[in-house]
Amino acid sequence: MSEPRANGRATNALPDFVLPVAIFIAALAGWEAVVRLNDIPPYLLPSPSLIGETIVKDWPLLSGSLWVTLKITFSALFLAIAGGLFLAILFAQWKWVERSFFPFAVILQVTPVIAIAPLLLVYLDAQTAVLVCAFIVAFFPILSNTVLGLASADHNLVELYELYGASRWQQLRLLRLPGALPYFLGGLKIGGGLALIGAIVAEIAAGSAGQGTGLAFRIAEAGYRLNIPRMFAALVLISVTGIAIFLFFSILSHLLLGRWHDSQRSREA
Amino acid sequence: MSVLATLRGISKTFANGTLAVDGLDLDIADGEFLTFLGPSGCGKSTALRMLAGLMPPTSGTIGWTGGARPQVGFVFQEPTLMPWASVFDNVWLPLRLRHIPRRDAARSIDEALDLVGLGAFAKVYPRELSGGMKMRVSIARALVTRPPLLLLDEPFAALDEITRFKLNDDLLALKTELGTTVGFVTHSVFESVYLSTRIAVFSPRPGRIVAGIDIPEPLPRNEEFRLSAVYADHCRIVSAALHKAMNAPQQQTVAQ
Repeated sequence: MSEPRANGRATNALPDFVLPVAIFIAALAGWEAVVRLNDIPPYLLPSPSLIGETIVKDWPLLSGSLWVTLKITFSALFLAIAGGLFLAILFAQWKWVERSFFPFAVILQVTPVIAIAPLLLVYLDAQTAVLVCAFIVAFFPILSNTVLGLASADHNLVELYELYGASRWQQLRLLRLPGALPYFLGGLKIGGGLALIGAIVAEIAAGSAGQGTGLAFRIAEAGYRLNIPRMFAALVLISVTGIAIFLFFSILSHLLLGRWHDSQRSREA
Repeated sequence: MSVLATLRGISKTFANGTLAVDGLDLDIADGEFLTFLGPSGCGKSTALRMLAGLMPPTSGTIGWTGGARPQVGFVFQEPTLMPWASVFDNVWLPLRLRHIPRRDAARSIDEALDLVGLGAFAKVYPRELSGGMKMRVSIARALVTRPPLLLLDEPFAALDEITRFKLNDDLLALKTELGTTVGFVTHSVFESVYLSTRIAVFSPRPGRIVAGIDIPEPLPRNEEFRLSAVYADHCRIVSAALHKAMNAPQQQTVAQ
């Protein structure tokens, strides 16, 4: 692991990604070998190849569920971004708004979503309840990170803006919002993952009561039928979705901050 | 020379009760290079900030010859640049806040960057610059509006000596070229003598001006001046005044 590095890029022949990919493949091969050599039945532990087969075979069913889960996750995330950003800006403009409303956000955050879900299912139809759950968990990190970012503007720069008679709006648009961007994107990375978790947890809570058809519902349903390979297949799709969301926001961060923020800077060796 | 600003009985007491500046009486002449010299925490920065209008004095008045405070350029101890904006856009800021579009401001910005020798770095981001270059950008930003009064609060304190000497020379050249009045804060006797036409020596807290020393040698100055006997004499006099200020019986801050 002590290859000489320059600009974050390995100067050796092997690109950076080779080692982690090789180890991942080796782990899958080991799993496959353990299952085959010990003749473990698929209802106890399916082999990776069987899980792959199941994804292909059950694709018509699973893809529909994946679509439902994605729709809920991204709708919730979109609402969380819009709400979090809007509220954070309000908080930054008027301290009394922050003092009055931040406690509500905290209450929503510290109450486990799994405990709120049954209540929401009473009041709302299953789809909406799941959406609201996912929104609640994704909302807070975006809000609190953006609030922190908006408040972190360099004090000297704030004074400079005042010296030149900047309006509140100019200060927000030219100074506070750009400065809050790294914090906001950090919140987005957490919120994106949490939106998926919220959607899955809420759907599990909805269980058979809901008419949900998302991936979590498929896992529960396959569990009742002891269809373990399908449980794994749905799990793989959820993981891949989570990874994709994380990668998407990482790349977005890199594109937006690459030129100026230290988090995106590769250290010289 | 005509007077630009008249400070009478300026005092500043902070919210925690600290008396930072006490009874400042000072006339600032048009076109002079005036330095506030004193130990750390003597209220010289506070005085400069009140002059800039960044904080109001607790008592006393600041009168301006034009009636109102003229446009002021301010340079902080740190470069205080916006890391997300290019050098060009950072220098654009004062004009942008006055709703002057990028295109219309371009000439002023290029001129300001040329003045500090950074004409070729307009598109670069602050993090790609050295400490001295960042400070140059900060000075270019302060100059872009061509203010009649330029205020600098220990701008070169964090720089190495070689860079500081170079920036001292450049600042003097700029001052001579533009004819700007300069207010400068430092705790270095040598820097103050090299740069100033007049030095106001501050006593430790509460800040009072205990001596005003003229340095009549013509501007701009150069390395020859730095090595001259005249420079050494001035340094001795200023240093003695500073020592006297430091050793004067200190009045403890009581302002309840």
